[in-house]
Amino acid sequence: MKKLLMTAAAAALTLAATAFNATAADKLKVGFIYLGPVGDLGWTYMHEVARQMMVKELGDKVETTYLENVNEGPDSERSIVQLARTGHDLIFTTSFGYMDPTVKVAKQFPKLKFEHATGYKRAENLGTYSGRFYEGRYIQGVIAGKMSKTGTLGYIGSFPIPEVISGINATILGAQSVNPNIKVKIIWVNTWFDPGKEADAAKALADQGVDVLMQHTDSPAAMQVAAQRGIYAFGQDSDMIKFGPKTQLTSIINNWGPYYVKQAKAALAGTWKAEDTWDGLKEKMVLMAPYTNMPDDVKALAEKTEAAIVAGELHPFKCPVIGQDGKEVECKGGKNLDPGQILGMNFYVKGIDDKFPGGK
Amino acid sequence: MQLVLEKRAERSTFIALASPVLAIALTLVTMSIFFLMLGKNPVTALYVYFIEPLTDSYTLMEIAVKASPLIMIAIGLSLCYLANVWNIGAEGQFLMGAVCGSYLAVVTNGTGAGPWVLPAMLVMGAFGGTLWAMIPALCKTRFGANEILTSLMLVYVADLILDYLVRGPWRDPKGPNFPTTASFDPVATVPTLMEFGRLHAGVLLTALLVVVAAIMLSRTIKGFEIRVVGAAPRAARFAGFSSEKLVIFTFAVSGALAGLAGIIEVAGPVGVLQPGISPGYGFTAIIVAFLGRLNPVGILVAGLFLALTFIGGEGAQISMKVPLDLTKVFQGILLFYVLACDSLILYRIRLVAAKPKAA
Amino acid sequence: MGLVEAIVISIIAASTPLLLAAAGELIVERAGVLNLGVEGMMIMGAACGFAGAYLTGSTFVGALFGVAAGMALSFVFAVLTLGLAVNQVAAGLALTILGIGLSGLIGAGFVGEKIVPAPQLSIPVLTGIPFIGRILFGQNAFIYFSIALVIGIWWFLYRTRAGLILRAVGDSHTSAHALGYPVLKIRLLAVLFGGGCAGLAGAFLPLAYTPFFIPGMTAGRGWIALALVVFSSWLPGRLVAGAYLFGAVSILQLHAQAFGLGIPSQLMTALPYLATVMVLVIISRARGAAGSVAPASLGTVFVPDR
Repeated sequence: MKKLLMTAAAAALTLAATAFNATAADKLKVGFIYLGPVGDLGWTYMHEVARQMMVKELGDKVETTYLENVNEGPDSERSIVQLARTGHDLIFTTSFGYMDPTVKVAKQFPKLKFEHATGYKRAENLGTYSGRFYEGRYIQGVIAGKMSKTGTLGYIGSFPIPEVISGINATILGAQSVNPNIKVKIIWVNTWFDPGKEADAAKALADQGVDVLMQHTDSPAAMQVAAQRGIYAFGQDSDMIKFGPKTQLTSIINNWGPYYVKQAKAALAGTWKAEDTWDGLKEKMVLMAPYTNMPDDVKALAEKTEAAIVAGELHPFKCPVIGQDGKEVECKGGKNLDPGQILGMNFYVKGIDDKFPGGK
Repeated sequence: MQLVLEKRAERSTFIALASPVLAIALTLVTMSIFFLMLGKNPVTALYVYFIEPLTDSYTLMEIAVKASPLIMIAIGLSLCYLANVWNIGAEGQFLMGAVCGSYLAVVTNGTGAGPWVLPAMLVMGAFGGTLWAMIPALCKTRFGANEILTSLMLVYVADLILDYLVRGPWRDPKGPNFPTTASFDPVATVPTLMEFGRLHAGVLLTALLVVVAAIMLSRTIKGFEIRVVGAAPRAARFAGFSSEKLVIFTFAVSGALAGLAGIIEVAGPVGVLQPGISPGYGFTAIIVAFLGRLNPVGILVAGLFLALTFIGGEGAQISMKVPLDLTKVFQGILLFYVLACDSLILYRIRLVAAKPKAA
Repeated sequence: MGLVEAIVISIIAASTPLLLAAAGELIVERAGVLNLGVEGMMIMGAACGFAGAYLTGSTFVGALFGVAAGMALSFVFAVLTLGLAVNQVAAGLALTILGIGLSGLIGAGFVGEKIVPAPQLSIPVLTGIPFIGRILFGQNAFIYFSIALVIGIWWFLYRTRAGLILRAVGDSHTSAHALGYPVLKIRLLAVLFGGGCAGLAGAFLPLAYTPFFIPGMTAGRGWIALALVVFSSWLPGRLVAGAYLFGAVSILQLHAQAFGLGIPSQLMTALPYLATVMVLVIISRARGAAGSVAPASLGTVFVPDR
């Protein structure tokens, strides 16, 4: 009897195995771990757009899978392992919180290739990638400085992580380059993802006399509030011109697609290597949406700023950078702040009146 | 003609065994329609959700790892609910347990402290959960403030306290300013049981807890007291049981267990304190408690079963490429059927002629 | 527009979805049923409401879709808890999971689309009155409806025979049954009403508040609504106070941040929750030993004897 059961079980297993592993061996299986739902219109959405671009470009050379809404706590390691165990050769984990789990799983599966977004721990088979979004923020700052009549900008922050802090600093430095007396009001909403709250924050800023809004949260809610109030705003993650045709000045676009295509091609060709990629406007990982709703001279200035950054003539964090306390920030990178100082930024620059959130 | 429920004289043992099977069968019929609409094979779906995770040692271990905190929290909650105490803030107690226990891990980090750290962390974790649970408990007994509101609101507060700590005072001093503590030292980590996989000692603790809770509820005066106060508060007063003390007791125990689950998750599978350490365990555990009919063994089964649907749902996203939302729909429908079929254990459905209108 | 006026308008808008959903749940709980699935019904209302408005171009049709979606989901809940005597807490939580999943599937096709937000009332002269003009005569229909709804609920509960019966059913279903009232039928109607209100509350978000849809956009408002019913001690008047208190603290903390007070933002974000807890404690303490006034049959199943 027992033997019979065993045989039956084995048969079922083989059947299942053939049913599920029927993919051709020469196909590259690519897996993605997403933080939010694919329809969040923000961070995860742009990774999903990039995945679709990869599928479109590489056709049936790749087979892709994604796991969405993966919690950054106890679930993430299992989710990554599940992708690894089901034959995914190249796995992208697209949020900072997946760093330690990705490192662990990469160690367990040395033959597979891993790519972790926005982290800093690497291994033989684990590369990291991120965008120099602060470059776009600097351009936005320049535009905002020119466009603001009240001289006060509004900034909706999600959480005070270095990425968001460096965005705020780059914005202010850009704005100061055209208007040294520019002020900024900052609201932390402590969420990436609550359109109602983002709208409330936008309203509060507008009510307090802000006339240019910028955000580091995901949804177009702030853009719509700005449109209602007749003030200006910048989009986030994607081009949000649809939500504010007369409101959006420009938007930073997270353009992961070309990178994903490149890495998948490298994996197919056997030339993939774990690297540290930190691309910006020049490499087109960061794109600017068309400059709209501004006078020609501001537009020209924005374009000039963009060109200078692309050409490497202008660096938003060019030394000396003066901190909030009026002292010069140590310049570890020679001419500019060192990448580590930018990626781990935990100070406000001079000109921001607000108290720095979190400890030093 | 109409369908009515009729109470059975005795609970039906046959239906108690048949009800899960019936529920799964009904779910399959309903989901088949969904899957066919999406152009997927419903038989494959059943296999992926219910069978495949059970065919392999890795996923079996992961089911235990996922179920462990759910069961631990749900057992504490079941005491509350049996005593008619509405603690729905276990999520907050889970987080505060994680926070308090992690305090030791943070201050001893890199100091070469001895093996006392982990046991002390577990005690601190349980203590932290209890402390957080005492707020709604005391608000109820001292001021008569309803515990549903207070315990729920404190979930959000606990989340923000955790957030503040890992972004400020407890942030990894050597890290690049991301919101996380330093990785816990080995002495501050719950040991894994096997070389491969994440099965950890906390799972054993949960198993032990199930046994203890089963004995306590059925064999001790305290268990009797809890059930009497819940079922018949007036009778309990005559018997000299204090409902106030019981509120404090049940909140304390459920808080301690939620807190313990919290520190075990942080010191085990996660390994650092950071935001997002709970994928809603405290809320899911409420379902587990009721699905398990507030009985320790039932909770064990319910917790494992729910964990199975999570792991199976992940498998479905991978092998069938269906969206996560479909898994949620699937879970919701499955829970409905399980609950509905359970009802047949106590009741029978009868078709009767419409009752004449009461005069 | 002055700052105070602007703040008041923001508070009213932020409180409205909470008030709508909580008002419906108040009736449900007054009938003795605890439906914890408010969040699920709200998000379904948001998805279907947006779909309706996008497809027809009408906010009104969208709102109807939202109401219908909430009702449909609450009907499932009613079949289980009333028809099959299933535990209400478990069924309500399962309803939330189902609602979140279904709304994601339904809404997936509408992500990234936008609609025209609900129009705001504009009466010549009246809307132009300084300070109170915009507040009283410049809102959208949802906001006026939410106030009318609470007044209607108050009138229904305390001034009509039907309301008296509903309360009787919630306080003792066995006595109500003995008196010949159709307990299950009354509860079914209450649950459907609650579902409709939650659906409308959800629809308010993409139709009037932030005119687009993304999955999970209710972001926990259903849970707050549930808590507010408890806060109100099941009294309509106090429900309005609770919803507006929560909304007010939520908005004011944002303004405090924008003023640059330098208080940790986590503390500011926690304020609405802390404030509600503290006010509840103070109210409860003032009420003294009278204790909770929850409907006595709340959350218990009822199977009529034959």
